[in-house]
Amino acid sequence: MEPFTKIKSIVTPLDKVNVDTDQIIPKQFLKLIQKTGFGQYLFYDWRYEKDGTPRKDFVLNESRYKDSKILLTRNNFGCGSSREHAAWALLDFGFRAIISTSFADIFYNNCFKNGILAIKVSEETLQKLFENTSEIEIDLEKQIISNDGTITSFEIEPHWKKILLEGLDDIAVTLQYNDEISKYENKQRNSKIRVS
Amino acid sequence: MNITEKILARASGKTRVSPDDVVFANVDKVMMHDVSGPGVIAVFEKLKKTGMKIEKLWAPEKVWVAEDHFVPAADKVSAQNVVLLTQFTKQYGIGKHFKYGMGQYGICHTLSHEEAMVLPGEVYVGGDSHTNTTGALGAFAAGLGHTDVAYVLLNGKIWFKIPETLYFKLNGKLPDYVMAKDLILKIIGDIGTDGAAYKTMQFGGSGISEMSVEERLTLTNMTTEAGAKSGIIEPDQKIRDYLVQRGATNYNEVHGDADSQYSKVYEYDAAELDPIVAKPFSPENVAVVRDLSSISLDKAYIGSCTGAKLEDLRAAAKILKGRTVKIRTEILPAAISIFKKAMDEGLVKIFMDAGAMVGPPTCGACCGAHMGVLAKDEVCISTTNRNFPGRMGHVESKTYLASPLVAAASAITGKITDPRDIK
Repeated sequence: MEPFTKIKSIVTPLDKVNVDTDQIIPKQFLKLIQKTGFGQYLFYDWRYEKDGTPRKDFVLNESRYKDSKILLTRNNFGCGSSREHAAWALLDFGFRAIISTSFADIFYNNCFKNGILAIKVSEETLQKLFENTSEIEIDLEKQIISNDGTITSFEIEPHWKKILLEGLDDIAVTLQYNDEISKYENKQRNSKIRVS
Repeated sequence: MNITEKILARASGKTRVSPDDVVFANVDKVMMHDVSGPGVIAVFEKLKKTGMKIEKLWAPEKVWVAEDHFVPAADKVSAQNVVLLTQFTKQYGIGKHFKYGMGQYGICHTLSHEEAMVLPGEVYVGGDSHTNTTGALGAFAAGLGHTDVAYVLLNGKIWFKIPETLYFKLNGKLPDYVMAKDLILKIIGDIGTDGAAYKTMQFGGSGISEMSVEERLTLTNMTTEAGAKSGIIEPDQKIRDYLVQRGATNYNEVHGDADSQYSKVYEYDAAELDPIVAKPFSPENVAVVRDLSSISLDKAYIGSCTGAKLEDLRAAAKILKGRTVKIRTEILPAAISIFKKAMDEGLVKIFMDAGAMVGPPTCGACCGAHMGVLAKDEVCISTTNRNFPGRMGHVESKTYLASPLVAAASAITGKITDPRDIK
């Protein structure tokens, strides 16, 4: 995966709560299994008219957001089905970071496994970002968002930070530690733990 | 520790865990289906391109596979995915592959209990968000994305952050005509679609003890709609009897300690509950059925892992017996074993005499795949679990989520109907 250090980009504001994975990538595209090419189907029903022409009133279709790498959205983003295609579609469209107050659990994990930084911020910070959607910078090393002179820090689990900074594959990384894990487990097993 | 904490402690070799601890747990069972399976295969292919050799899985006997979403093959791509899945299970020696049209087959979350694929006390993960369902048997059951499933297939373990537990206590037996579906919709309406985000929803109390195993499965199934990591119910004699009937006797039950901690306790009095529906476009958008009796419908759909178990079909048959449907009604049992039992009990004849369509087991129109998807502006009452825009078909169709009793009563009148009002 491409390492994630700093990104500077205009923010795409998707002012909706509880955006579910059926909206992010509708069911008809779940049959496709290559991990690329899903970007064209992202938010399909919101993005296109019935004849396939882009809807003028949908934020992703505004030309100024064409190269946006950061999606701003509201709470419980990614709820619903576990389809990893949702993360694939967002990445393929060009998003490397998503900022919200909360994410659905499975989706949140799927983001990091695919090199997307999902950032949880407070309601107040989110509101400020929605009010000024100019260019912002996300610095993962320092864990800060810089927005028009305002700097906000964010939390991230060290494991995910390392994976993103170095562009590592999560599976490959964890498998490196198999020997240590086995040793640890043998030790645990020998301590005769019983939970009834 | 409560039951969830004790299962995860045992699985990770720890004596004590608390919410927010991170553990590396051994997985007992892992499941994938015809949507997540090809996704997992895509992850494997990517790993292979990086030079990794994948010669074997961690434990093929602990892996099981279902074909349920786009089967019977809805189109050429779906057919190809089933072929891909078949090659995969053959290559890696996965014996438990429930092939469509070959013996037992059906929806993965139904096979999980019909075939006793998952047992009390186990850690079970699957490539589907409704994996939570099987927690009703007393297991820790949680859904994962494709990459995580691929990881478990290789390694047999996965990280979990110990979730907080919300405890839902049902006092008293549910009244006639009120089902587990009504209770879980009521709960989701109360706590919201993110009300249990990264939490476990545990159900207990006298009303749960009275409840059948299949009804309990409806509760845990829809914990997903409240954002829960998992849903769980302590195993009891009903669970043991259910599993014995399916040949499973060898397992290690886990029960919470007397001083189990819950982050919050919610109490419901069964006698106060009414039939409930969730209006478009969210499972939290609930209303009492009698308040919506003016809503006209185009279709009733009785299907899915949530609402097409044997007891769901019995409930629908109780209403449909000797009556005729007024709107298109489609009934798809959740597994072929349930279909057969429904035939033996005469339920299928009742449905067909009423004029309904009885179809093969599949996720079908629940996920908008095929077998009865909705047209623009069509309004459906459905025993399924989600009603997001476009979930069951056209983005401008509408789905009301309901119990099988409400769906059947509504099929008779063509309007949203309380089953108690069917004369």
